[in-house]
Amino acid sequence: MENKKTENGSTNRRKFLKLGLMSSVTAVAGASIISNFAADEETKPSGEKMRLLTPDGKIVEVDASNVNKYPEALITPEESRKGIPNRKFVMVIDLAKCKNARKCVEGCQKAHNLDHNEEFMKVQLIQDNPEASPYWLPKPCFHCDEPPCVTVCPTGATFKRDDGIVLVDNDRCIGCKFCITSCPYSARQFNWGHKDKFDDKSQPYSPETSVPAAEGTVMKCDFCPDMLRQGKLPHCASSCPMGVIYFGDKNEDIVTNGEETVRFSKLIEDRGGYRHLEHLGTKPNVYYLPAVNRQFPLERGFNVEEDIIERYKDVPYVQQLKKDGKI
Amino acid sequence: MNLENRKRELVKEFSPLLEKTTKVSKIWMGILVAIILVGIYAFFLQLFKGHEVTGMRDNVVWGVYIINFIFFVCLSYSGAFISGILHFYNTPWKNSVSRIVEIITVLSLIIGPIFILLCIGRLDRLHYLFLYPRIQSPITWDIIAIMTDLVGCFIYLYLTFIPDLAILRDHSEDAPKWRQKLYKFLAIGYQDTTEQRETLHKITKTMSAMIIALAIVAYSVLAWIFSLTLQPGWNSSIFAPYFIIAGLYSGISVIILAMYLIRKYYNLEHYIRKVHFVSAGIILLILSLLYGYFTFSEYFSRWFSHKIHDTNLLNTLFTRYFWQFVLANYVGVLVPVVILFFKKFRTIKSITFASVIAILGLWLNRYLIVVPTLETPYLPIQDTREEFVHYTATWVEWSLSFAGVAAFILFFILIMKLVPIIPMSGIIDQEREAFNKKGNAKQTITE
Repeated sequence: MENKKTENGSTNRRKFLKLGLMSSVTAVAGASIISNFAADEETKPSGEKMRLLTPDGKIVEVDASNVNKYPEALITPEESRKGIPNRKFVMVIDLAKCKNARKCVEGCQKAHNLDHNEEFMKVQLIQDNPEASPYWLPKPCFHCDEPPCVTVCPTGATFKRDDGIVLVDNDRCIGCKFCITSCPYSARQFNWGHKDKFDDKSQPYSPETSVPAAEGTVMKCDFCPDMLRQGKLPHCASSCPMGVIYFGDKNEDIVTNGEETVRFSKLIEDRGGYRHLEHLGTKPNVYYLPAVNRQFPLERGFNVEEDIIERYKDVPYVQQLKKDGKI
Repeated sequence: MNLENRKRELVKEFSPLLEKTTKVSKIWMGILVAIILVGIYAFFLQLFKGHEVTGMRDNVVWGVYIINFIFFVCLSYSGAFISGILHFYNTPWKNSVSRIVEIITVLSLIIGPIFILLCIGRLDRLHYLFLYPRIQSPITWDIIAIMTDLVGCFIYLYLTFIPDLAILRDHSEDAPKWRQKLYKFLAIGYQDTTEQRETLHKITKTMSAMIIALAIVAYSVLAWIFSLTLQPGWNSSIFAPYFIIAGLYSGISVIILAMYLIRKYYNLEHYIRKVHFVSAGIILLILSLLYGYFTFSEYFSRWFSHKIHDTNLLNTLFTRYFWQFVLANYVGVLVPVVILFFKKFRTIKSITFASVIAILGLWLNRYLIVVPTLETPYLPIQDTREEFVHYTATWVEWSLSFAGVAAFILFFILIMKLVPIIPMSGIIDQEREAFNKKGNAKQTITE
């Protein structure tokens, strides 16, 4: 029975893949309408027909009940577990270009409805050794191929998808925080108390958007799969004015920061790309290009609000700068 | 030797413990209930306002709750372990302490898991653990281990209660009706015939062996929750045996403390004698040496190899947590060792003092395993709110912790009102054995 259902789903999927975008909502990803349909087995034909426009300009008629009921393509928690077919998402962060402008942080906060103090993307000030010059390190979730957080989750609320993305389903999360303690990169946040924004149900919850968040559950950077489905860059990559963050598909071997598109393998090869804390064996999908031939002096990063500078007060380098009266 | 008369005598001797409640103990119980009520208030506050009311934040996501959880659960496992050994090897002086150990085992196994529930952000989704279980997760292993252990310990405790319940059923004519009925129901028709006695003895012995195995498994799983992660302070291969030794260390200390209090407040000097304290003290000495050795190995290897992240952790421990580190890992080990090592120091009071130091030191040691590690992750804590960097427990966490301890003591007092703290059946068994031996000796002489 189960097999038969899946078969049904997949034939429907093939059929609808031809349909493409709906005429009324142009930005909607076709795949989501289809997968919604595939998951909803008990849909009965309503008899009412809708006209849709396919990408090649043909108009087709389908039953209204087969079309997603939500205004925007909603990827339900169940569907969000599958991942976008044939993709393997990867991020490359060029440390030579980062000046702690914090636009990635803000873009991410806006898109995920986060407060001023909640960051999926953090910018750290790292000094590899006492002789090395410190550099700014934007740190999203690394979406590891061997994610410790996924292994330890007792309910499967956090999961690894075929396209490489690690997501949290906050409908499933019981808030044990084991994933937070097992993540070596401190990439996860917890919702400690109730906030009014959690009650805003105008946008139905999807693990792909992480909105709305829920009290007592875990959240983190999600690589913005909702944007990826529309063929757009994640918010951090698109809001960076320096083009620090490249994003792309490892299968296609292409990454882009919105301005230039480059071969992923060549970029890593030529620029000495590496992964942070490689020795832990978590196999991250976020690569860094070392901070050589900097475009900005490090101090430009302190051109931010006072309370942001305060967040780096424990860094020895910052303490030295303060002593010298430079900031 | 008239068994029935002896049984009646014993019931008469112990029934004041069961039925009379002195004014002092009433006041104590009132205080305990008050502490528990404050804890319940704190719990509801946390339930309705969220975990915001605790001191836990994004970096230190586990605090005092998980420390209490480890502490109580380890206490229980060690109780099971010790009680299993006492029964399995039929230790000569076991009778006076075995019931104390068994009650500690079961009570701490009930209270411990409550603390892990306090850590969970969404209690309303607790059933997801069973709806969507993932066997890969050490938490799932822990749930299986704790539940199995809880069932095992309950059965075991009940088995050891049966003979006494039967004696109480047969000999408490003066007791209130509800008590008589309760004893009759709980004694499940045990008549203390030779056959029944042997069967019960066999079952208890099997259970005691199983409980030792269970305790070892459950201990290890608990330690693995920490040591299977990548965190610098936790990812250690000796954590499982270290937890077993540490648990036994606190377990035997709590037993000594309980022995002291019970002996003092219930005037049981006749049953709980100095020999018990000295024997338990010697076990505590061995365990404190072992525990000190494990603690030393753990920190020594980190210090000597000085990997950068281990060094960061040790720096945190030796600066911010300097006094706690000294109290936990020097005072908490060396003071019991010194007191128990020299024969002339081994008085009842000093042994009890050593065990109190051991309990406090061990709790602090668990704190140092959990909190500083979380405050020193691989990537330095930066770009985060000031109040997210360090952990300080709030009054909510403290009051719930004290409520846990108070509940432990209160339930202990209440169980002592149900059955005598010194197993009467054990006394009778001993006397019977002694009588038989004497009889045999006489027989051999006459032959």
